[in-house]
Amino acid sequence: MTDININVHQVTRVEGHGNIVVSAKDGKIEELRWEVPESPRFFEAMLRGRHYDDVPFIASRICGICSIAHTTASIKATEAAFGFQPSEQTLLLRKLLYNAETLESHVLHALFLAAPDFLGVGSVFPLVETHKDVVVMALRLKMLAYNLAEALAGRKTHPISCKVGGFAKLPELSELEALRGRLENALVDLDTTVELFKTLSPSIPDFTRETEYIALTDPKEYAFISGQIGSTDAGVAPLDKYLDVTNEFCVPHSTAKYTKNKRDSYMVGALSRFNNNHEQLLPRAKKAAQELGLSAPSHNPFMITVAQVVESVHAAEDSINIIDKILARGLEEEDNQVKVRAGRGIGAVEAPRGILFHDYTYDDKGILTKANCIIPTNQNHNSIQKDMDALVPLILSRPQDEIRLTLEMLVRAYDPCISCSAHFLTVSFK
Amino acid sequence: MKPKVAFFDFTGCEGCQLDALHLDAGEVIDLLNAVDIVNFREVMTERSDDYDIAFIEGSITRESEITRLKKIRDQAKIVVAFGACACIGGVNCLKNHLPMEEALKIVYGEDARYYDTIPARPADAVVKVDYCVRGCPPVTSELLKVIKALLLGKKPDIPNHPVCVECKMAGNVCVFERGMTCLGPVTRAGCDAVCINSGRHCWGCRGLVDDPNVDSEKEVLQKYGLTVEQVVEKFKIFNTYAEVAK
Repeated sequence: MTDININVHQVTRVEGHGNIVVSAKDGKIEELRWEVPESPRFFEAMLRGRHYDDVPFIASRICGICSIAHTTASIKATEAAFGFQPSEQTLLLRKLLYNAETLESHVLHALFLAAPDFLGVGSVFPLVETHKDVVVMALRLKMLAYNLAEALAGRKTHPISCKVGGFAKLPELSELEALRGRLENALVDLDTTVELFKTLSPSIPDFTRETEYIALTDPKEYAFISGQIGSTDAGVAPLDKYLDVTNEFCVPHSTAKYTKNKRDSYMVGALSRFNNNHEQLLPRAKKAAQELGLSAPSHNPFMITVAQVVESVHAAEDSINIIDKILARGLEEEDNQVKVRAGRGIGAVEAPRGILFHDYTYDDKGILTKANCIIPTNQNHNSIQKDMDALVPLILSRPQDEIRLTLEMLVRAYDPCISCSAHFLTVSFK
Repeated sequence: MKPKVAFFDFTGCEGCQLDALHLDAGEVIDLLNAVDIVNFREVMTERSDDYDIAFIEGSITRESEITRLKKIRDQAKIVVAFGACACIGGVNCLKNHLPMEEALKIVYGEDARYYDTIPARPADAVVKVDYCVRGCPPVTSELLKVIKALLLGKKPDIPNHPVCVECKMAGNVCVFERGMTCLGPVTRAGCDAVCINSGRHCWGCRGLVDDPNVDSEKEVLQKYGLTVEQVVEKFKIFNTYAEVAK
């Protein structure tokens, strides 16, 4: 058997920086590492001493791709600390805004970042020539998601209007009505996306490693911004037990922290949500899952991207339903003043890449005294490593380039968001 | 020969890169007809060290990033700082208020020894920067405008008047009239006052105008019974690195 020496410094088409290192001699693996060398960001330190009104605005900057997730988790943690219950109208608008990000992030990942691997190219740019219809469609879906977020919060990346208490500005109903029409068209585009992934599915590696799957779960709906901590191993736990679930620890060579719960690793993200909550998907999303051959429980990490396609359909369907509710009830200016009090609050949401916790303590002036943020990608680093440990021996006899590509695809399937976690991926086969 | 354009990310949230793709299909095709994108790690596998225009995203927060940025400066004909972190230091500089050892300890506890970090700074604290595309995040249309100007060999026209001008044109009620503080009077325009249009105040993410009228801002604060401390706290969020915040 030939020697293997892989060293992918900064895996591309992922958000943030990570390295893959693999070396093998005479068929024996000597090194196999997922490294996370992202620059540390210190948000927990930076949030200290800030006024509650500024906290979600700063927390948003943890990540450009999932800034709505961080903003929402931050608002929820702050409201929980103050014992504030947002209005029904606020909750509807928040969920609609949230769907915009889920849709945008999943479309970006599935069609721009992951699809080039299946089509044998290095980026979306050559696809502008070879698969123009797909690229135009993906840009159209992304633009819709941006415009939806713009109508609700001023912009998608680092949203503005959503704040502790509610919304500083309400959208026009006529705007929402126009967006509803475009969402109907988006469902057609998403049908095309499902068809596309059906044709790509033979290229999805057939690999399984069963692990624990963790996601928010809510008896009322497929959870994104509500509910408690669900686990396929351990059942449901309240949010304030999140530290018992995540068990963060530091490892050398990674600026991101790692986590584990019942097993040596657990997974978060679209596939974990699907495995925990698939019965609550809306009808069109359920049908998409069937068409794509995704059934729960799925233990193939490469299916995360497929689960994202299914969730994109769900996000569009749910957005139409919410807009219908808003159009039926109307929107009115509300008094969203919060009453500040000293206390601690935990906000949890399902970011596109998985469960996200913000845990804040405020003093009686509304100044933040302590913050802890646990990021989805951090919770997946360990799972990525364990998947690599299981996968590499199975494919070690293949050509080195194929091993490298398969490992890059594995990392990309997790859609890591390393800026969040610190920064992410390098593969070295030394 | 089409100019070769490269995007490089340093320490930040990568939202600027993401928003660089916030284009419609026509714009993407026009852009790809006009330039060769040779380096853009977030979306492409290919990487080349042969480029003419380098866009720098993120602040500089590690010794290794200083070396990397200097190398990019040596290679590129034009260096553009892209986004608040690269242009003015941005939110990353909030950590500069704490001694580095303390910041490390707050986040990483006993394991702090593993990590390398220096006070955060903008790109032009390390190398000469030719142009800035400001904002957190930058406005995509402004990015396109700058690329167009560079392709024509012109100097991009970057606004140097305060956000107040655009805010008035947008027809907003003044934020001070609504009893909040605002950094609009001293912050460089170009965002169409998007934060005020969206019901909030200006956070100063585009940095100061070249000659900020600080006295006038103080007068405004006095008029509305607000303190300099209140506005400095807001100002620090993006502009800790600026002298004025000190």
